[in-house]
Amino acid sequence: MPKDGGIGASTRRREDVRFLTGNGHYTDDINLRGQAYVHFLRSDVAHGRLRSVDTSAAEAMPGVLRIFTGKDFEAVGGVPCGWQVTDRFGQPMQEPKHPVLAHGKVRHVGDPIAAVVAETREQARDAAEAIELDIEELPAVVDMKAALKDGAPKVHDELTSNLCYDWGFVEENKSAVDEAFAKAAHVTTLELVNNRLIANPMEPRVAVGDYNRSTGDSTLYTTSQNPHVIRLLMGAFVLGIPEHKLRVVAPDVGGGFGSKIFHYAEEAFCTFAAKALNRPVKWTSSRSEAFMSDAHGRDHVTKIELALDKDNNFTAIRTETYANMGAYLSTFAPSVPTWLHGTLMAGNYKTPHIYVNVKAVFTNTVPVDAYRGAGRPEATYQLERVIDKAAHELGVDPIALRRQNFITEFPYATPVAVEYDTGDYHATMDKLEEIADLKGFAARRKESEARGRLRGLGINCYIEACGIAPSNLVGQLGARAGLYESATVRVNATGGLVVMTGSHSHGQGHETSFAQVISEMIGIDADMVEIVHGDTANTPMGMGTYGSRSLAVGGSAMVRATEKIINKAKKIAAHLMEAAEGDIELKDGRFSVAGTDKSVAWGDVTLAAYVPHNYPLADLEPGLEETAFYDPANFTYPAGAYACEVEVDPDTGRVTIERFAAADDFGNVVNPMIVSGQVHGGIGQGIGQALLEACAYDENGQLLTGSYMDYAMPRAADVPFYRVDHSCQTPCTHNPLGVKGCGEAGAIGSPPAVVNAVIDALQSGGHDIAHIDMPLSPSRVWQAMQG
Amino acid sequence: MPEVTMTVNGKHVKGQIEGRTLLVDFIRENLGLTGTHVGCDTSQCGACVVHVDGKAVKACTMFAAEAEGAEVRTIESMAEPDGTLHPIQAAFREHHGLQCGFCTPGMVMSAAALLAENPTPTEAEIRDYLEGNICRCTGYHNIVKAILAASGQDVSRIAAE
Repeated sequence: MPKDGGIGASTRRREDVRFLTGNGHYTDDINLRGQAYVHFLRSDVAHGRLRSVDTSAAEAMPGVLRIFTGKDFEAVGGVPCGWQVTDRFGQPMQEPKHPVLAHGKVRHVGDPIAAVVAETREQARDAAEAIELDIEELPAVVDMKAALKDGAPKVHDELTSNLCYDWGFVEENKSAVDEAFAKAAHVTTLELVNNRLIANPMEPRVAVGDYNRSTGDSTLYTTSQNPHVIRLLMGAFVLGIPEHKLRVVAPDVGGGFGSKIFHYAEEAFCTFAAKALNRPVKWTSSRSEAFMSDAHGRDHVTKIELALDKDNNFTAIRTETYANMGAYLSTFAPSVPTWLHGTLMAGNYKTPHIYVNVKAVFTNTVPVDAYRGAGRPEATYQLERVIDKAAHELGVDPIALRRQNFITEFPYATPVAVEYDTGDYHATMDKLEEIADLKGFAARRKESEARGRLRGLGINCYIEACGIAPSNLVGQLGARAGLYESATVRVNATGGLVVMTGSHSHGQGHETSFAQVISEMIGIDADMVEIVHGDTANTPMGMGTYGSRSLAVGGSAMVRATEKIINKAKKIAAHLMEAAEGDIELKDGRFSVAGTDKSVAWGDVTLAAYVPHNYPLADLEPGLEETAFYDPANFTYPAGAYACEVEVDPDTGRVTIERFAAADDFGNVVNPMIVSGQVHGGIGQGIGQALLEACAYDENGQLLTGSYMDYAMPRAADVPFYRVDHSCQTPCTHNPLGVKGCGEAGAIGSPPAVVNAVIDALQSGGHDIAHIDMPLSPSRVWQAMQG
Repeated sequence: MPEVTMTVNGKHVKGQIEGRTLLVDFIRENLGLTGTHVGCDTSQCGACVVHVDGKAVKACTMFAAEAEGAEVRTIESMAEPDGTLHPIQAAFREHHGLQCGFCTPGMVMSAAALLAENPTPTEAEIRDYLEGNICRCTGYHNIVKAILAASGQDVSRIAAE
């Protein structure tokens, strides 16, 4: 039984009280004295040449302070991209400038053209309507394959084509893979679409820029998952403000799911305009604006082939993917279809030969970047779908086919450049079979059929790479950043602690779970530990929260800093008790001398550190504050097995999720309640992708799903209660907590389970259907059933 | 500018507004009650749900002027003055019915309206009632569980945490 408040306890979250009582402090809750408001006039055409932007009438409108256009930003940098991918031929990707406000051309619906700053939000909006635009509309490219054809309109005139890069991985393996296919006893091929999604955290983005004329310092309050990254990108690459003159604060943030990792033009604008006008400038995105300005996710078109030998062993995988970049390269966009996707194509299986080809394409659409899972859901989906299709073609049980090909020995070096440190895929599959009650499926199917419904069971596995990432490795792969994490632990004189972490919580509950770790290490009450995050002014340089990295990397930094604290505290305790340092033990918040009854309390030692009257001043500095930076040695590899049961109404094609189970291996778990909640949320999003969500453009690049009227978000009635389990634990071997990360698993593991279940249901009804692309809306399913 | 008067959380309030000022903007900007959130502009997400004359209302669907003389209740009034959480708030905390917290005030206000109408709703009734409240974090599992628990029903058999 874990100690209440320690590692392994489902401690109730300390964050909840403020959120439940309306006392959360989100960016839109910030209003500064003298604040003005900005409204962005955005392009309503997907592609066009800006002939003129006439702001004269608008400038005369009430309350208008100034109207900015692209010209005002010609002298500053573009919004930078943080990852440079090298193509198959050794050449760097094509990387166009992403201006803060469009000049010359507009390249997607939503591209900001002008920014009106006024005394009130309404005045800014009214004046924006009075700006006269003259745009020569150009043909737009939306479909990726069409965008690569000779003569296709170019999104960026200065580039050679719309191809950002053509990436092969591992290029040297290609001939061996082709050879394995030539020798295969069976090849299963599947073409599929990983549907374009919009992250849709419930809090829209907000930015408030502030400039202090007396100090010359700029402050940006923003809805970000990583304030230090924003400070570096915006300061160094866009506005030319050194870090010591720029503070970025991300207070309570209402969800991110990747979409709040990136540095956005609106952040740079508000910071720039606050200085130009010497007034705070605030922008609050409407939801409609979010649909055309937040980075979108997924949008891959893939052909995957799986080769098997005569005994149904997987011998090779070959994939060709078109990945949509949108009109500009968002912060981490190039890395998503490459290093976060190609490296995961081995999945949970010992396939000896793998080759992944990815063509990243510019189109006249909103930029596409990481969304919960980022590349790993795309890898998992195609792999787990093609395995199910192979099982069907070969007439074998899909679970047995998977089990036969599981990796069972660790560490395991895949043919796609990563090394899994630990895992037990049979264990999670065994657990899944139990919690999903697979034995009872046949009876449940019979019962459904008696009611005129088709019932299907879908199973899949997943693996992901989390705990991003070893800096030297990602540097070789093109990252323009390190991916360590940081923590400063400050112990106060009376014994309480403040942990200042570079990680950022936007729903994950770090304030609770991080405090549990400290409580366990020192043996003090978790209430004595405060977790501070989200402000570059009081946290060490850190890379923030995404890629399920906070506990694995940020938590590890915190552990390392706390170890330094404990080591120093032991020296002080040894002095106080006149004992040898090596004999000092720390347990339950007391330091004792081994083999004696001598002890001092934690608070005695912390007080001595700050009131050093009886203190080894010749050997030890006073105070008790330590910082650690932790750079992981490897990724972590959470894995698991998921099961979904659906019913399909044969008259309407409507799919309902009847049961959903997830057996995950996250290594060690600090707060099981929070971990389950993360999996629930991921599954909800995965069901959304599989059944409901699609970001759609028409052929002219008009966004058809521009609001919640058109973009189907999962509602409570679209999902069941889930059964989740994380008792299968193979601890990570290379971080001090043995944790792997749990934030993305649900979104990675669930879409193939849902689709496999629907295909199974349809096949059980005698329909010869091999695949339907997501989302499996009633119309798509019904049409497939009509042959 | 026209003036509007209403009672919010038991206090008589008034303010200058434009005709187009939404109730939610009056609550947030004029009164500084920032617990009520704005998550969309098409009245779908439910982050702005408040009670107007005892009924759950999306505060973005109503002009402030339309609330003239009304009795409005927001999330800030749900807990006791001494900080004791309302049973629905307590159930959300106990069952981890929130993560980022942004949809939470609207969820709590909707749940309160549901339980006032239907003190012991079934799982299906809860899910249907929440049609107008979108949560992106929780997959709804723990929200539905929390509302069942707040209504005094046994949730021990619902899939474990």
